[in-house]
Amino acid sequence: MSDETQNPLRDAIDDAIASNPVILFMKGTPEQPMCGFSARTAGALQALEAPFAAVDVLPDPRIREELSALSNWPTIPQLFVNGELVGGCDIVTEMYESGELAQLLGVEQPDEAPQPASAEAQPAPLSIENRLG
Amino acid sequence: MTTSIATKEELKARIEAGIPGASAEVHGDDGHHFEAVVVSPAFAGLSRIAQHRLVYDVFEGELGGRIHALALQTKAE
Repeated sequence: MSDETQNPLRDAIDDAIASNPVILFMKGTPEQPMCGFSARTAGALQALEAPFAAVDVLPDPRIREELSALSNWPTIPQLFVNGELVGGCDIVTEMYESGELAQLLGVEQPDEAPQPASAEAQPAPLSIENRLG
Repeated sequence: MTTSIATKEELKARIEAGIPGASAEVHGDDGHHFEAVVVSPAFAGLSRIAQHRLVYDVFEGELGGRIHALALQTKAE
């Protein structure tokens, strides 16, 4: 971009992150993911039955460019919780398996998921306001 | 260089050169998709996000392009 201060797309992405407590930017949709990494990340949220907003970045390449520019994260998917970037597929998967993701989202870890490796069960570093009802 | 196919040897060398004290184990033979386990004392005290960013920074601009995917696991010790 040049000296342009107005960037409607960046503003729209900012708004989406600010107004959705849990939002996943992915390739495709949770119902029809177009990339294995996006599928796995959406799958972790679905396994936790956590409500989340999803944005498909594929229809317009500028969405991905603007998102990566503002998050300083190069790849898709990207999960934001309460306005903070949590990570991509690797981090979300690791946090799902350890139980940290359930803790962060304020939901129950399902029985079929591996149990958290107890020792590191500490309070989430973010202050969580559960607005998901 | 940036037009050539990426190899796990190249990724390993660049990660180890780019991050202080890092040792990397890299898998992936298709030239586009890689998995890496990176251990470095530089990760100590950093969040996962910050740890992964250090590795991503080594490949600035290449991830998602020349290197389609780099699955990462990072450890401090």
